[in-house]
Amino acid sequence: MKIDITTPITREKARSLKAGDIVSITGVIYTARDAAHKRMLENLQNGIPLPVDLTDNTIYFAGPAPAKPGEPIGSVGPTTSYRMDAYSPKTIELGLTCMIGKGARSSAVIDAMKKYGAVYIGAVGGAGALLSECVKKCEVVAYEDLGSEAIHRLEVENFPGIVIIDSEGNNLYDTEPPKYRK
Amino acid sequence: MREIDVALVRDAVKEMCIKANCCLNADVYGAIKKAQAEECSDVGKNILSQLIENADLAAAKMKPICQDTGMAVVFMDIGQDVHFTGGSLSDAVNEGVRLGYKEGYLRKSVVSDPLLRVNTGDNTPAVIHYNIAEGDKVHIEIAPKGFGSENMSRIYMLKPSDGVEGVKNAVLDCIEKAGPNPCPPMIVGVGIGGNFELCAELAKRALLRPVGSHSDKEHIRQIEDELLERANRLGIGPQGLGGNTTVLGLNIETYATHIAGLPLAVNISCHVTRHSECTV
Repeated sequence: MKIDITTPITREKARSLKAGDIVSITGVIYTARDAAHKRMLENLQNGIPLPVDLTDNTIYFAGPAPAKPGEPIGSVGPTTSYRMDAYSPKTIELGLTCMIGKGARSSAVIDAMKKYGAVYIGAVGGAGALLSECVKKCEVVAYEDLGSEAIHRLEVENFPGIVIIDSEGNNLYDTEPPKYRK
Repeated sequence: MREIDVALVRDAVKEMCIKANCCLNADVYGAIKKAQAEECSDVGKNILSQLIENADLAAAKMKPICQDTGMAVVFMDIGQDVHFTGGSLSDAVNEGVRLGYKEGYLRKSVVSDPLLRVNTGDNTPAVIHYNIAEGDKVHIEIAPKGFGSENMSRIYMLKPSDGVEGVKNAVLDCIEKAGPNPCPPMIVGVGIGGNFELCAELAKRALLRPVGSHSDKEHIRQIEDELLERANRLGIGPQGLGGNTTVLGLNIETYATHIAGLPLAVNISCHVTRHSECTV
């Protein structure tokens, strides 16, 4: 069964999602990857506020390809999430409730997801052209000098994903492959 | 002696950067289709269908298959009877990359220094491998490589006593540790022999061979077949969510090595293994 989600996602709504749920996301999400996370958290340590209030927000670990004329965005699939493991416990503590990416997460991230109530959704890695069709509007809201790694505000419609790790720590990467191991 | 203007190389590199990033090669496309028909997990089957749909869309709209349009890796076999004119060959290759990534709306993913990390803004420089061949032609292969999978690659300096079993175990260990991270189904390039840096280059070159091709050495061909079959029994599946499609193809390249060593490199690639080639 497909679950329609509209952002922002409250802690309660994040907690209601379970590993294995097929979801379809509509609303505003923000891209951020390696360089943007590093800058956000370094700035925070120096007393500079975040460019986006993370409360109940969704970060999509992604750096889009450039938009062709007349299109809102270029190909935009997920990047590998473990590179943000150093930063995600802090962003979750600051209010982030949903991360979209691909690949494994650290126990520290999962602990933060359980403690505060956040969910990790997988999008299909390498399906960047297809996923870009769900993006209706895109604008850079911070760190423009980082190019593709800038923070982009995306308005998405029916963006497809699957809940990989839920706020209880259930993890499809742990539970599913053993079923097919021979 | 044949004279070749480097502008020809520049233009060829430009076109190949765009084509390789937007049009999935027939061998990989066919392998995904075959896997889609044979995948036993419903989730996996659905993911593979999305990958086919994505590849079709990318080719139709000439959009990158994946937003990570990679660092451009260029292999050039230069005939020894060729004389390049019109400027620096390496500059021409990089100019081709610069133009291809700009005009193809490809992502600029290269930083000028690994520690200072400022984006060069045009995806240069490329990684260029020059090889001298016989004849008066230039063969260019371009393989833009994303880093989700590149990061999962490993080198193992094995001992001769580790033998063929040590090689097999290390390759499977590398695939298993990569798990969901490199966007499985993967394509795996393996380099055995040479020395520290050559085994890595062999592994990369193995990825240039089509999926489904085989080594012409019988004992290597057997290892390719066995490892492909065993990798697909690991259960990782499409996107790491379980299934019997983990590796679409596994190619091995070998070279002579030292009496004291058994170097092994495993270059993991994703289902968007890009490759384009031409002869000038």
